[in-house]
Parts: sequence; C-alpha cells; structure tokens
Amino acid sequence: MEIYRIGIDVGGTHTDAVILDESYNVIAEAKEATSADTSTGIFNALKRVIATSGVDKSQIKYAMLGTTHCTNAIVERKRLNKVASIRIGAPATLAIKPLIGVPDDLKKIIGQHVHIVEGGHEFDGREITQLNEEEIRQICRSLIGKVDSMAVVSVFSPISKVHEERVSEIIREEMGSDIAISQSAEIGNVGLIERENATILNAAIVNVAKITAQSFIEALKNEGVEATVFFGQNDGTLMSVEYTMKYPILTIACGPTNSIRGASYLSSKKDALVVDVGGTTTDIGVLSSGFPRQSSLAVDVGGVRTNFRMPDILSLGLGGGTIITLHDDGAFSIGPESVGHNLYKEGLAFGGNTLTTTDVVIALGKASIGNRELVAHLDRALLEKIYARMTFMLEESIDKMKISADDVAVVLVGGGSILFPTHLKGANEVVKPENYGVANAIGSAISQVSAQVEKIFKMDDLGRERTLERAKSMAYEEAVKAGANRDNLTVVDIQEVPLAYLAGNATKVRIKVAGDLA
Amino acid sequence: MRLLGKEEIENIAIGAALLGTGGGGDPYIGKLMALQAIEEHGPIKLISIDEVPDGALIVPSAMMGAPTVMVEKIPNGEEAEDAFKALEDYMGQEIYATMPIEAGGVNSLLPLALAAKLGLPVVDADGMGRAFPELQMVTFYLDGISASPMVLADEKGNNIVMNTINNKWAERIARSATIDMGGSVMLAIYPMTKEQVKESAILNSLTLEEQIGAVVRKAKENEANPIDEVLTLLGGFELFKGKISDIDRVTKDGFARGQAKVQGVDAYSDQECTLHFQNEHLLATKGQETLCVTPDLIAVLDTDTALPITTEGIRYGARCTVIGIPAHEKWRTIKGLETVGPQYFGYDVPYVEVEKLQEKKVL
Repeated sequence: MEIYRIGIDVGGTHTDAVILDESYNVIAEAKEATSADTSTGIFNALKRVIATSGVDKSQIKYAMLGTTHCTNAIVERKRLNKVASIRIGAPATLAIKPLIGVPDDLKKIIGQHVHIVEGGHEFDGREITQLNEEEIRQICRSLIGKVDSMAVVSVFSPISKVHEERVSEIIREEMGSDIAISQSAEIGNVGLIERENATILNAAIVNVAKITAQSFIEALKNEGVEATVFFGQNDGTLMSVEYTMKYPILTIACGPTNSIRGASYLSSKKDALVVDVGGTTTDIGVLSSGFPRQSSLAVDVGGVRTNFRMPDILSLGLGGGTIITLHDDGAFSIGPESVGHNLYKEGLAFGGNTLTTTDVVIALGKASIGNRELVAHLDRALLEKIYARMTFMLEESIDKMKISADDVAVVLVGGGSILFPTHLKGANEVVKPENYGVANAIGSAISQVSAQVEKIFKMDDLGRERTLERAKSMAYEEAVKAGANRDNLTVVDIQEVPLAYLAGNATKVRIKVAGDLA
Repeated sequence: MRLLGKEEIENIAIGAALLGTGGGGDPYIGKLMALQAIEEHGPIKLISIDEVPDGALIVPSAMMGAPTVMVEKIPNGEEAEDAFKALEDYMGQEIYATMPIEAGGVNSLLPLALAAKLGLPVVDADGMGRAFPELQMVTFYLDGISASPMVLADEKGNNIVMNTINNKWAERIARSATIDMGGSVMLAIYPMTKEQVKESAILNSLTLEEQIGAVVRKAKENEANPIDEVLTLLGGFELFKGKISDIDRVTKDGFARGQAKVQGVDAYSDQECTLHFQNEHLLATKGQETLCVTPDLIAVLDTDTALPITTEGIRYGARCTVIGIPAHEKWRTIKGLETVGPQYFGYDVPYVEVEKLQEKKVL
C-alpha cells in the first residue's frame, strides 16, 4: 500500500501545501493566501490539497508543518505565555540585568518576573558558586499561579548544564509538573545575554506552539486524516510535536530552510545558491552539502538580540507584488512596499491600479499570466530599464551570498521566480525546477528526522576516534527512536569543546545526525 | 567638564569599535554595562586632564582575559570597585579619577560603567589611542611608568595586589592568575599622577571616539558617505575597497591569528589586498607592497554603513573598505616601535608611516 505525506509551508504571502508519494513524486499542490490568523490559511490549503489529490485519506500517514505562528506571536506581541525567568549567575552578571535592550512593549509582557540567583559555572566547568536551593524554592512558591512558563539560564551552561537541570527539578517540585520549562543550554551558545533572550522568547511561545499543534492535528482529523505530525525546524530537519512544544523557537525561520531543502531535492543539487522569490521578498540562502548554511552572527527576532542557530538568509525587498513608483522625470523606484497576495486584484495586468514587478514582466512578454493588453500602454524602454535594475538587484545579492568569486549554480524557486531571467551574472547555471512554486512545501514534506547527543567525554579513555564513534552511535539510537530509518542516517554536525583544567582531556561533544523517516 | 549620557555612550561605542581595528573585544557588553550604570546612578563626568588637581591620583580600569568569557560570565560591577578600594588601601591614597587604558573595544567602555557607579570623573585620555593585546603595550610603558602596584579582582570577591619588577612580568603573572580566577577579571592598573597622565597618555581620545560615532550616525541620516566623513575626521586614508574573498584563521597561544584576502572593486578591480591579523588588524598588503602596518591603525569598515568589521566577524563576501589611520607620535618612536611595531608581532616588513606609503602611491 502506498503511503502519502502532506507538507505545508506558511510564507508571508502564500501558504503552500503538497502531497507526495513514497518516492517523493508530487501528487497534488495547492496555494492559498496566508491568513491574518495563519491557521485559516493552513486549513484552506490542507483541504484543497487533499481534495485535488484524490488519494485515500487513510493512506496519508505523515503531515509536516512549517509555520510562522511563533514568529508572528513574538512580532505582534500577542498570545504570549506568562513567563518568569531565573538567571543562575550571581554574584557574576549583575552589571547587566536581563532583557536590557529589549523593546519596552515586549519587555512589559515578558519581563514581569525576572530573578537572578547564585550559581553558574566557569569557562572550564568549575562551579563558580553553589546553588542556594532555598532561595530558588522561595522564588518558585512566589510565582505559583502567576506564571505558566519558566526560562532557566545559567552561566556557561553550554559547558555544564548541571545547575539548569537542578533548578528545573526544583521548579517541578515546587510548581508542579505542568509548568513549561525552557533550559538555555538546549537553545543557544556561549553569549549569556543573547542566549537568555532566546530562552525567554522560547518560554513565551510555548502555548502558541501547543495550540498550533493541537489545532493542526484537529484539522487533519476533521479531514479524515490520522497522520503523525511533525514540525519543521530551522536547520531543515523535523521535530516531533512533543519536542516542538518544548523548543518552539527552533521553528523560527523554518520557511527559508524549507525552500532551500525543497530546491535541493527538486534540482538534485547539494551545493548551490537558492533564490526563493515570494510576493514581498526574495530570500537567498546557501545550500551546502544538502543543508542550509547557518548564520554565524547574532540575529534579531522581533527586535530582540538572540544567538540561537538560524539559516544564513539574505532577504531582499523584491518580490512578485513589489510596487514600482514612476517619477515625473522618468526616474523610478522599486519597492520595498508590496501589494502581497492582493497582486491578482491590485496589479495593473489584473485590472488593478498599481504597477508591480509582475506587471513589468508581463508587459515585456516574459510571463504569460494576467492580461497583457492592460499593460500595453507602458513605455517599453522604461520597462527594460526597470527590468534591468531588478535583475541587477538580484545579481548583487547573489554576489553577497557567494563564498568565493567562482560562479555558482543558482536554483530559482517560489511563485515569483517568473520575475527573473535564466541567465544571471555570477551564476554558471540557473535552474528553475519543476514544481518551483511549491518548493517550500516540498521541502517541508521531505524533511528528515534528526537527533542530537551532547555529553562530556574523557577523550583519554578511548581516544578521540573511538569516543566520537561512540557518541555517533548514541545519536543514531536517538534518531531511530524519533522515527528515522537507521540505514540512511548521516552526521550533519559535530562540535567538540575541550574543557581546560579537567583531568583526562575532558571534551564536550555535540553530535547531530539526520535521516529519512522509517 | 561635561556629562556623558546614553546618547554619548552609543556614539563612543561605535568609535571604540572602529579604533579597535578589528580586535579589543566587542564593545557591546561594555556599552550595556555603561548604559545600566547611567540608568542607576546618573550621567558620567568627563573631564580634561587640566581639570585634575595637581598631584591627584588617576587609575585606569580595564578587563583582562578572554572577551568570550566576559560575554558569558558578565561582570557584576563590583569587581572594578573592589580593585579600586584595594589599591587605595594599599597605596594609602584616594583615587581622584579613572580613565580607559585603550581607546578600542570593550575596554574603552568599562571605565565609564565604573565611573558612573562610583561617581568618579573620567579623564578624557587613554594609553593606546587604539587597541593592542598586551598590558605593556601602552604609552605609559614607553615613559617607564610601572603597571604596579596593580590589583586584579574577580566577581567572587577575590582580589590580588601585585607588585612586579617590570611590566612584562605583570603581563605574565596577571595572565595566569586570570585563568585561575575564571578567565576574565577587572584590573586597577598603572596608577599615575595627574602630571604623568598629562605627559604620557594620549589625550582627548574619548571625545574622538564620540565624534567618530556621531559622524557615522549623522552621515546615515544625511545620506552622506560615512567613510569619507570618518577619513576627514581622523586624517586617514582609503587603502582599498572590495569584498572578502578568502579567510584563513587559526587560534594559537590565545590569539586569533590569520589572514583575509580582499578582492578589489571599482578603482581597485583586478587587485587583491591581504589583511594580516592577530586579534587586531596589524598589516595590510597588496602584492609585495605594504599599504599600512602597525602601530598605524588598519580598520576594515562595512562599505555601506561604515560600521567596523571585527577580525572574528570577517566573512566571505562582506563588502568592505580598508582604511589606514596614522598612529599617535608616541608609537612612532624607537621604543614605541620595539613595543608594538611589525617585528614584535612577527611580520618581516619595515615600519613606514601610512602617510608616506600613500605619498609614494600618488607619485
């Protein structure tokens, strides 16, 4: 019996859905406007793709969702949890209080219960000072009934998370096991302020993730689909619902990641630049050995400086709905404003009154949508100039993302990719694969399962090679437990952090593996 | 005397990053500490050296250790205060004012946080006019001023009063103590009289940092070219413009060493510039030609925003403009060049002033 999977990706303008068979052939695709509440758009796309596919609903076994719910909640400052945060860092760290530099409107919501307690570790894993457990218990008791989600952050927890774990235990003992707990070591790297910010944001969107997951499962049921649900995370792999509710912040920016992974699959390329042209922006990412290149810099989420891993994306304010303004002197400007999914109402070639980038390509005969008659009056020489500028903007951005002066392969995907020519400066080939319009949803559907193991090993006991082998097999076991097929698991990331001044050449090893669903 | 508020701190942070020449640690943490201290204790008094009473004691404040430790184990704000108290006790003299030891990176902001907390004035001066990695690389050292007595203090409440026979020993002992104390400590160091500071320090450097920040931010508002404005302000030279095409770095002996290649654009197309760095950018070359070399300042700026790119933050494809700025005269002496010249850092090129190198280019 054939097994099918649904992939859904929520973009700024459109929500896309696909159904794939076991060999990843696209059986059906659907594109709906992204709704203000995000969920309606998802349900519409879901309904439509199931209806058009005609497949037996009982054969749909997996459903993967890449959504912007969490990002939106942070940006809109809505639907956030009642959060308290405990920083384990005194007597160090007092010179910078938590959430400094966070915009005031957000701070008012997530900064109501902020505590700093004694504890934390040195860079080499030594304890700075012991935990004062009684103080922590008192704080927990004072928070009962006031908050439903806790962020726990300890100095140098990426080296030793002993204090974060112990404080989490105390929280559960004092406040019950229902309370959500976010531990910073699972979220970010060294850099206390940024990691703390990310952890508090994570704690604030736990409910959003929970409701999103529940309503998605519910919506599937209403369609008669009983599928295992996964969420896309921003490194291009999947998370179980349970894990998503714990670490919802990892869903942020999964959209561009899905596009990159989808483009990789559709074009059969492992290394390329992926250009995803949407309605409002064009996102350019780097596909490196089949996965998106990660950003090495601090990233801003809703005005908050954080340091959790994110795909390295350059977002250019140029998409299919981007508005072009003509000036009296023959000059023009392109964007960054966009008509978004109202293109088919407001664009000139669709009977509207706004000149957009899509109208330009229609008028020049480069795309056969809309009504070319409606844009026939435009000055052709001017249009050529606008088109050249659009192409130049993209070529500049491509160049900025390249890792060397050598020409690279460029994969063009997304509904707006009709905007651009198939010859671009800096590209040795430009691929526009089949199903380019829903590459993101395909990326969501074909995502792999990942698992991570992080542990301190004494390298002297087994030697480096055998230690890493051991860590790898532990990660494999985890991945298989999470639903991966053992036979095609591969290591996607290894990090070794030597801990100085500890006996036995102690090294923290973090190893991440990914593979297809079993 | 004038007061430094939050706006001034934002400007100083930009200037400090630029004069940090790629190293010195990201001023971000120091900036946040200064902003919080101002919020709690009010604005900071900035004074010129002439406003200091004769014979008064001035003590620079600085952090020592790994900036990567400090971004995780943030200070509590008491360390520098403890260090100052311990030094006052030891010397039996009250400290009148503090000042930064360097005009680049995190250390140019940290004394401001301390000053706000203690209500001490800050003298508008520093000991480098830029950033350098070692304790003896200050203009005070050139004039034979001792780093001792000095105090190291950590957040746990430990402090060490040190007396050393010379400043290289101070560097050596302090560095190993720093590791035991947790990788990042605050120092009270180079205690000096007003007269010594006036003679040996580089004056008005905080004001200069603030001006750099102000022109960069203003240029953005006025849509002027911020790099041109910075060059005019500092009497600097545009050395090269392009994009980073290759980077090769290794961490050795606690220093991030390496080289980056810049592929030229515009007037520099078909040319390539190589940046050599050890925490800071120390040498810029084009083929066999030296464009600028330490102690003259090499700053790598984002071509669009003029914001400095650190040696850690350099990445492929970054559009940058490399500028050279003449170092303070004190560094161009024989002893100055022995201390921070190209040979000290292991580069086999002679020191030639950046303005002379540029003159040659014009001819």
